Amino acid sequence: MSVSKEEVKYIARLSKLYLTEEELEKNTHDLSSIIDFANELSSICVDNVKPTAHILDIQNVFRKDEVEPSYEREKILQNAPTKDAGCITVPKVVE
Amino acid sequence: MREDYEVIIGLEVHAELATHTKIYCNCTTEFGSDPNTHCCPICTGMPGTLPVLNEKVVEYAVKAGLATNCEIARFSKQDRKNYFYPDLPKAYQISQYDLPLCKDGHMDVTVEGKQGNYKKRIGITRIHIEEDAAKLIHDAYTGDTLVDMNRCAVPLIEIVSEPDMRSAEEAVAYMQTLKSILEYLEVSDCKMQEGSLRCDVNLSVRKKGETKFGTRTETKNLNSFRAIYNLIEFEANRQIEELEKGGVIYQETRRFDDVKGIGYAMRSKEDANDYRYFPEPDLAPIVLSEEYIADIQNHLPEMPHIKKERYVQMYELPEYDAEQLTNSKKIANFFEETITHWNNPKAIANWIMGDIFRKLNEAEIEIDACPIKPKDMAKLVELLDKGVISSKIAKQVFEEMFESGKSPEKIVEEKGLVQISDESAIKEIVTKVVENNPQSVVDYKAGKDRALGFLVGQVMKETKGKANPKMVNEMLLEILNQS
Repeated sequence: MSVSKEEVKYIARLSKLYLTEEELEKNTHDLSSIIDFANELSSICVDNVKPTAHILDIQNVFRKDEVEPSYEREKILQNAPTKDAGCITVPKVVE
Repeated sequence: MREDYEVIIGLEVHAELATHTKIYCNCTTEFGSDPNTHCCPICTGMPGTLPVLNEKVVEYAVKAGLATNCEIARFSKQDRKNYFYPDLPKAYQISQYDLPLCKDGHMDVTVEGKQGNYKKRIGITRIHIEEDAAKLIHDAYTGDTLVDMNRCAVPLIEIVSEPDMRSAEEAVAYMQTLKSILEYLEVSDCKMQEGSLRCDVNLSVRKKGETKFGTRTETKNLNSFRAIYNLIEFEANRQIEELEKGGVIYQETRRFDDVKGIGYAMRSKEDANDYRYFPEPDLAPIVLSEEYIADIQNHLPEMPHIKKERYVQMYELPEYDAEQLTNSKKIANFFEETITHWNNPKAIANWIMGDIFRKLNEAEIEIDACPIKPKDMAKLVELLDKGVISSKIAKQVFEEMFESGKSPEKIVEEKGLVQISDESAIKEIVTKVVENNPQSVVDYKAGKDRALGFLVGQVMKETKGKANPKMVNEMLLEILNQS
């Protein structure tokens, strides 16, 4: 396995995912084969290739600093499962 | 702090840019509106939206870089910094990782050290552009956290210093100089109390002579010079005490409560700092031409240290005064406008540096919110210079002007504060005071000069401070010396 169970647990934690032992097993296996597949790229020599900053050959896409109306607040909040006082509410995040 | 330790400080300063719109959409950046009214699908991270970079953000960042002697990148890109927190609707912040817009700069600062002032050069590692996050409000009643996304994607520059500072004084001097440069450039309004200029302090300590750095802590989001100073003193002492006890310093993120004067660690294990940066696929690289950079360089405004020289030359102000007046562009503007109304630069400088600074500090406001306008400030000095009011009365009028915002003429008129310069009126009072205080006359004749001061005081008391002090003095001496 190219990825350890510990690494998968760590990545899961960063993504706020909680895996059962069974899921951990499966994900470690799946992620390993994905990494192995992607690692085939490492066999290509890129010594004379410039690092890619963007996949398209474009640069300097800018807009003018001019204000346009924002959305109605009701529209912005319509997908929020819980709201209060014009805000989205989430479980308390700071001790 | 103990003499045998050295403190190593580096600052990461975030400045909100004074653009009209956000960094990737056309929503306004205006401060203080109702929550979630400056939002659109782009700045709230809706799927399928495409950010487009505000051209002013690049211009302002390049200005800041040139003014701090940075090298400007001809090729730069933006990256995603991934972290999961409710202040970030996309679950990533667009920032710059390995190719920032500006790097390798420096600033020369004047430090008010305990043994006098000295100059020091502080290195600037980099300046990059990024987006601000939402404001989280903690509701004590429901226990929920409220999310206001108006601040989401307001453009920021982050200015990262080298770990070159060795005391709280040096850190404050660096921060003051940086604030004044950003204000002069007009790239940020630098309102620390509104959070548009804030600072993270990286700090470690080591025994003097040691060459390796100690483990550092990072204290987030300090928003006043006082808080920066207090935090540094607190954190340096905390680390030294810990080491002296045989303890260890953990690399951790901390907060500082300036009211209580204590810092505390945030949960460090859980929020593992693994941001998994990768190039932002939705934004094109930024490629700057020589002409673009030269054009910005040629249009940089007069910087504080140049203005300071000019004040010394043109207005014959002492170096110290010139420095105090030019630290902030707003103060310099206030001074320059005041002297156009009444040409007495030194007296006006004294009022600004003394009474105005004191009142602004007490009220915790900046000079643009000062109830006294330059025109009225000039008028007050004019009334004083022309002898219409005494200096004692002038102080009283000043206080009243600050409270009410009224013009000095109006206050003087309403309260009847015009100085008494009528010779016969003063003579009458002086004569009465001399008659009522025979002992002081005897004392004066016996060579006790203090007796004269006492008599002057009595006359002032009788006239509620309105008598022309010069005339009172002259008349008293005349009477005392002839009797």
